Amino acid sequence: MIDLSNVSKSFTLHNQGGAVIEVISNVSFAVATGECVALTGASGAGKSTLMRMIYGNYLTQAGEIRIGGLDIVRSEPRDIIKLRRDVLGYVSQFLRVVPRVPTLDVVAEPLRALKVPADEAQDRASALLTQLNIPERLWSLSPTTFSGGEQQRVNIARGFAHTYPAMLLDEPTASLDAANREVVLSLIEDAKARGAAIIGIFHDEAARTHVCDREIDVGCFTPGMVA
Amino acid sequence: MTPLLSVQGITKRYGTHIGCADVSFDLYPGEVMGIVGESGSGKSTLLNCMAGHLTPDAGQVVFDTRTDGPHDTITMSEPERRMLGRTDWAFVHQHARDGLRIGVSAGGNVGERLMAVGERNYGDIREKATDWLGRVEIDASRVDDRPTTFSGGMQQRLQIARNLVTGPRLVFMDEPTGGLDVSVQARLLDLLRGLVRDMGLSAIIVTHDLAVVRLLADRLMVMKTGRVVEAGLTDQVLDDPQHAYSQLLVSSVLQV
Repeated sequence: MIDLSNVSKSFTLHNQGGAVIEVISNVSFAVATGECVALTGASGAGKSTLMRMIYGNYLTQAGEIRIGGLDIVRSEPRDIIKLRRDVLGYVSQFLRVVPRVPTLDVVAEPLRALKVPADEAQDRASALLTQLNIPERLWSLSPTTFSGGEQQRVNIARGFAHTYPAMLLDEPTASLDAANREVVLSLIEDAKARGAAIIGIFHDEAARTHVCDREIDVGCFTPGMVA
Repeated sequence: MTPLLSVQGITKRYGTHIGCADVSFDLYPGEVMGIVGESGSGKSTLLNCMAGHLTPDAGQVVFDTRTDGPHDTITMSEPERRMLGRTDWAFVHQHARDGLRIGVSAGGNVGERLMAVGERNYGDIREKATDWLGRVEIDASRVDDRPTTFSGGMQQRLQIARNLVTGPRLVFMDEPTGGLDVSVQARLLDLLRGLVRDMGLSAIIVTHDLAVVRLLADRLMVMKTGRVVEAGLTDQVLDDPQHAYSQLLVSSVLQV
């Protein structure tokens, strides 16, 4: 489902003396449907960078990243947008929303973008918010004023609203209490069971061993770092 | 798929000074494209060339018309282009007053555009106008008030209602949230996003506000001294800018 071959990335900082920083070189791996793969490595090894490259958020200088057949390294913006809407979900560490939009609408939005009728999308959003223990009295409020853990759960609810065939999870269990952590892990298990290919970053080792089938040490692909 | 708008080699000079130079891109149905750059980078010149307010010195602006397919709007006859401006195209000005008839009631402002495309039944026109005021969150009780009695944010929403009532397919926006309170901006952004999604609109938004494009635009073009220096997926250009100028632009934003 997700296929990387010989992927490399460097940043060129034009306004800081044109410094070139090699971040990742020659990464190749594949993630099959129903499989969850963890990216590991020390802080700064390039885990999030690699994840952002797979999402098309960071530009990839060399190699191929195929998701469901589409090489996102060489795709037009509109194809990437379509891929993100239909196929590829991403739960980042931070919630980014239009201010003043109610939580329920924030969570339902990915479904609305797929032309799911408003009431059906809201039903799904309500179910997820209930499951993630966000009290109903908060649903009509914007999540911008919520606590860190609440925002994280809203972000997860939003990421799981649509049943994406491929998912990227950046620290989905960080800043969650034990009960909510269990809910998130069960959401991941469900996604795997329905055949989603998942790549995740988990600092929480217990969570990682619980849901992940394999680990990939990104440090091995970081130039200048001893693997 | 045929692009809704295909811009090729647009160049506009003011004497020896370059307004914009050799700009080309394709915009597909349902896409929202942002154009950013500092003042004087040529973004408004480009927008006005595309919307037919300025005549470029070179280039083509090919629009996929409903009736007979792709047509270069620059070589089109004036009446044809005006008809486009009233039907399939809409233009949201930075200053609402430039896009409104200030001496006419709010309902009249919205109704006028309907009449321009041939609607004649007063009841229908008033009903549609009231419906659109509701959609942009202006209370129906204000339908007979003049826009001079409205706040800046309301005037901007009225301008948007006036533009969208005829169901355009392409909307040009020049700094649509410029000069508005941040709280009003947020509401307007949410409104625009909903309208774009529900009506399947394509839009080109010129702004210098990177937060606005991040929330509204799928794609982004960065302009400097009349030229496009970088283009791509909005979040990619903002999070991993490649060109020196884009990097400077992104790193210059103050964190709140």
